[in-house]
Amino acid sequence: MKVSAYVGGIGVLGPGLNNWPQAAAVLTGRQAYVPAATALPSPAMLPPAERRRTGRVVKVALGVALEATSSAGADAAQIASVFSSSGSDGHICHEICQALALPTREVSPTRFSNSVHNVASGYWSIATGSFAPSNVLCAFDASFGAGLLESMIQTSVDKRPVLLVAYDTEYPPPLHLKRPIPDALGVAMLFTPEKGTRSLARIEATVTAEACDSMADPQLEALRRAIPAARALPLLLLLAAGKGGRTLLEYLDVSRIAVQVDTCS
Amino acid sequence: MSAMTPLLLKEFTASSCLGVGADATLHALIAQRSGLKRCEFESVNIDTYVGEVPDVDAQRLPANLQKFNCRNNRLAELALQQDGFLESVQAAACRWGRRRVGVFIGTSTSGILQTELAYRARDPDSGVLPPGFEYATTHNTFSVADYVRQRCRLEGPAVAVSSACASSAKVFGSARRMIEAGLIDAALVGGTDSLCLTTLYGFHSLQLSSTAPCRPFDVARDGISIGEAAAFAVLERLPDDLQGGSVLLLGVGESSDAYHMSAPHPEGQGAKRAMHAALTAASLEPSDVDYINLHGTGTPSNDRAESQAITSIFGPTTPCSSTKGATGHTLGAAGALEAMICALSIKNGLMPGGVHTTRIDPTLTAHYIRENRRAAIRRVLSNSFGFGGTNCSLIFGAAG
Repeated sequence: MKVSAYVGGIGVLGPGLNNWPQAAAVLTGRQAYVPAATALPSPAMLPPAERRRTGRVVKVALGVALEATSSAGADAAQIASVFSSSGSDGHICHEICQALALPTREVSPTRFSNSVHNVASGYWSIATGSFAPSNVLCAFDASFGAGLLESMIQTSVDKRPVLLVAYDTEYPPPLHLKRPIPDALGVAMLFTPEKGTRSLARIEATVTAEACDSMADPQLEALRRAIPAARALPLLLLLAAGKGGRTLLEYLDVSRIAVQVDTCS
Repeated sequence: MSAMTPLLLKEFTASSCLGVGADATLHALIAQRSGLKRCEFESVNIDTYVGEVPDVDAQRLPANLQKFNCRNNRLAELALQQDGFLESVQAAACRWGRRRVGVFIGTSTSGILQTELAYRARDPDSGVLPPGFEYATTHNTFSVADYVRQRCRLEGPAVAVSSACASSAKVFGSARRMIEAGLIDAALVGGTDSLCLTTLYGFHSLQLSSTAPCRPFDVARDGISIGEAAAFAVLERLPDDLQGGSVLLLGVGESSDAYHMSAPHPEGQGAKRAMHAALTAASLEPSDVDYINLHGTGTPSNDRAESQAITSIFGPTTPCSSTKGATGHTLGAAGALEAMICALSIKNGLMPGGVHTTRIDPTLTAHYIRENRRAAIRRVLSNSFGFGGTNCSLIFGAAG
């Protein structure tokens, strides 16, 4: 059984990837990939009090969510969203665990509120004034695949636009040794049930047991394997190439997601 | 949001401080008992009450799944063993095929207690965590969903939903959409959250936990009591030979508050939208709902906002209560636990009165019941709201 949707806008932020047009140029080989620390924008869309409290996980998620909705010309306040990541804010988690290991056990109330897995979803709703449903998922290294399925299914079953925001950030030491995500990376895609004037492609997804695809470029392949949200790279490559085709994305140990991309002319 | 196709809640189980398994839970509800006790959990030194499930740490995981060993997965294992649930899941896997059964589990903190303990055992020189510490299969949010998936040998799509205290209500939405899309035929849905220091000290720092057993809708209510629970159900397409009295999932409604990270919208705007959406999905009018199981945490602001939202939709006569005085607020497991309490309500004609509440706040206009009522119950609505302003309402009903 397959599920399909139209891609109306894309957002990308990651190491050496500053936005979707530049990432597309890198993926298609029109521009060399130059690894660099992820440049995270300050979330100007949030009120100053909230902006001060946001960590890297909120910055990367809101950054790509804004790029995808703006480029699609969509009203973010009306759009349901799916946020999927392999962890919450690693720095806050570290600070809380460190505080709890001390005899005083003083946990900051703001840090605690921002420690929830749905922190980025909450700030997105506040920033856009959106009452629309927002789902928040985790499937460890399969988090991009889980988010892709959920958002495409929501688009087709509920017949409404859905924004997928998949993102991960690093843990500081000592958790970094146990979960060595090197930097922040986010991918957002706006799906619509019908073709629109700005639709880039129609994509169709199905769960399969076939082997997953890798990236031909060794540096991009290393990135794909290092950060769970970067498991999206083979799909982004197809979308960037603008030619259509089929790719197999990493998902659970027993399954992959096959995606057929047909570009909108 | 349009009408949804009803689904069958084929089998279910629930374990909390109120009782291990559905029968124990039902009998405690009938007796209006509470499972809350003064907090003696781990080394916690906070003056509060908790809903701790006895003997969680005596639970053993199967030998091939030892890397998942943490309190949260031990609690999940304990719950899976009740009510013949593991056998029910295998029967579903036989009916539909292992690849056609999805796993959707809500949790807020998963096995983070394991990391809290590991931080106390860091190497004094290097600061590294102890060698036996497993991040992926304990701390990570997906751990409990992955554990349940592997324990039940299911091969369909699997995911953890983690939207704070709405997590395991929202699993019903994800599961029903995936069934409707045809990717799966059945789903193992549920939630598991266990006591940990992050939530006990975190809610304490926000001054949201009470020093007494929580008293939802009481004039003197002053916060939550944190609990732990694991609750699961098999959700599947309606069979041709649907039996009268079966429990159905009729509606799911979801919304966001767009207001604040840790405080509800004061007039319950998001809560109203979620309840309206659930009624629309179920093609029901407010008057069709016989009983409402409240989010009812016992904080002044939650109960005020929720009461306003309910009165504006249902008026002041629909009986409602919070079972959190009995179970504590089981956070990411609350949605699933209270869904199973709703299923017990429908099957047994029981509206459970809210315990610990002695004097209902006269400014709260929703019709809060403190005594159990026995009556035929056709349809029940359950609310779950969470940090980040995330809301989910579920409607269950009796078939036939």
